[in-house]
Amino acid sequence: MAHEIIAATNAIVTLDVALPGIVWGWIITMNMWAKSIGTGIIFLTFFLLKKYPIETGFIRFPAVVISIVTIHLFLFFTVIDLHQMFRFWHIFFYPHMTSAITVGAWMATGFVGLILGMAYFIYLKKDEAMYDKLLNYTVVLAIPVTLYTAGLMAQSTARELWQMPTESAQMILAALLAGSATMLLMGGNKFSDEIKKDLGIILGLSALAAFILYMAEIIFGPMKAEEVAAVLEYIKGGEYTIMFWMGQLLAFIVPMVLVCMSITKKSYYLLKVAAISALIGLWISKHVWLVIPQLLSMS
Amino acid sequence: MQLGFLVDLHLCMGCKGCEIACKVENEVPLSTWRLRVKYVDVGSFPETRRTFTPLRCNHCANAPCERICPVSALHYLENGIVNIDKERCIGCAGCVMACPYGAIYIDPQTQTADKCTYCAHRIASAMMPSCVVACPVEANIFGDISDPMSSISKYISSHQGNVQVRKPEKGTEPHHYYVGGGNVTLNPLASFRGEGHNLFNNLTHLPVGGHH
Repeated sequence: MAHEIIAATNAIVTLDVALPGIVWGWIITMNMWAKSIGTGIIFLTFFLLKKYPIETGFIRFPAVVISIVTIHLFLFFTVIDLHQMFRFWHIFFYPHMTSAITVGAWMATGFVGLILGMAYFIYLKKDEAMYDKLLNYTVVLAIPVTLYTAGLMAQSTARELWQMPTESAQMILAALLAGSATMLLMGGNKFSDEIKKDLGIILGLSALAAFILYMAEIIFGPMKAEEVAAVLEYIKGGEYTIMFWMGQLLAFIVPMVLVCMSITKKSYYLLKVAAISALIGLWISKHVWLVIPQLLSMS
Repeated sequence: MQLGFLVDLHLCMGCKGCEIACKVENEVPLSTWRLRVKYVDVGSFPETRRTFTPLRCNHCANAPCERICPVSALHYLENGIVNIDKERCIGCAGCVMACPYGAIYIDPQTQTADKCTYCAHRIASAMMPSCVVACPVEANIFGDISDPMSSISKYISSHQGNVQVRKPEKGTEPHHYYVGGGNVTLNPLASFRGEGHNLFNNLTHLPVGGHH
């Protein structure tokens, strides 16, 4: 609609403030990317310990260490993105519970407590039963911790591209993609072919579902809102086109192809390449989707 | 009480007096604005005209910035103003992402969010906002929209067919109205906006002290 108005009126903004630029940039991309690994590895640990309790017992310690490291990376990038980072404690002392940021901060804190508890029981106490018990709670809390960023994006009323429930699906799929990729890299050749195949299927299906969602948004999003149409121009021949397709290729297309080749040929070394490609591509895909709605002027 | 703003775009002549008054009153730093007047040129030569649209915080009844703020730095006052506590703000920029009007910015000096507060400090002293006082043509009309006898309520009722808000589809219930607005003035997508395209973009400053 807007294009027709411009063509009819020849309306040109001749004086206004400069375009606002990117406020949430690569630091927030790092935040989302690290969180996907941190919660995704917990989902996959839960799955493997339930399905293959004997063969995968060794993942308990390295998995929780990876989760601790990446969740703290997520928290680090969250805090350094604040313009007043030393006031971070305000979230806990002046909480405003309608905000997804507040809810996410509280849940992430609980999540950190649980994974530290898991590390304590497996490393110092050698208590696998207690670890597994805590894992049950951790995996439940990992779901809202994964999803809260989608809630935050949905609360960003100005950015039409970030829609619920699409973003929540994308967050869960990103966690499964990143979790399975990290698990494949972490487990290496210690996993049996059957376990590798399972992880490959999770990786491939997460990539497929996420790719379908992105393509659906690109094709059908512009039909629903002109702001979405305007934003998507940045990846339809605009300045982020190459970066967007690089992300799609590395995060979703390459892993899907490599997973299919691995399963059909029963040769699983390609899964490691798929895992690395998925992790790199996920960062790029997340970054483009984060940045492009911010390029549109709100005035 | 529910304070609101109305700008009659028929009257506004783009003098930017309101902008300057706001800057001075609120000590708004360089490169940032609580209130600014957007110019949009419409038509093709010789049939052209210039429109002027003052833009500021809409003080929404269902404010996305208030909802997303994790520490209640953005909060409602009893008179309906969406106020900001800069001492509490952590600078997460969630409000910048949430405001569909682009009315919130990060203050480069305090590194906190900032925006128009309808000059809440002046209201508390029974004074009008500085932009209202500065407007030479009384295009800015400010008052209690819950009082049918207030000047703003009377203005709205006498221009009922021509009163609009920006982006009503967002469901924010803005308390900032425009009379005489249209797609070109109120919809950011309805005008071409080239980056850096500014009337005064290539302004050349004379050296201090005149010619050398």
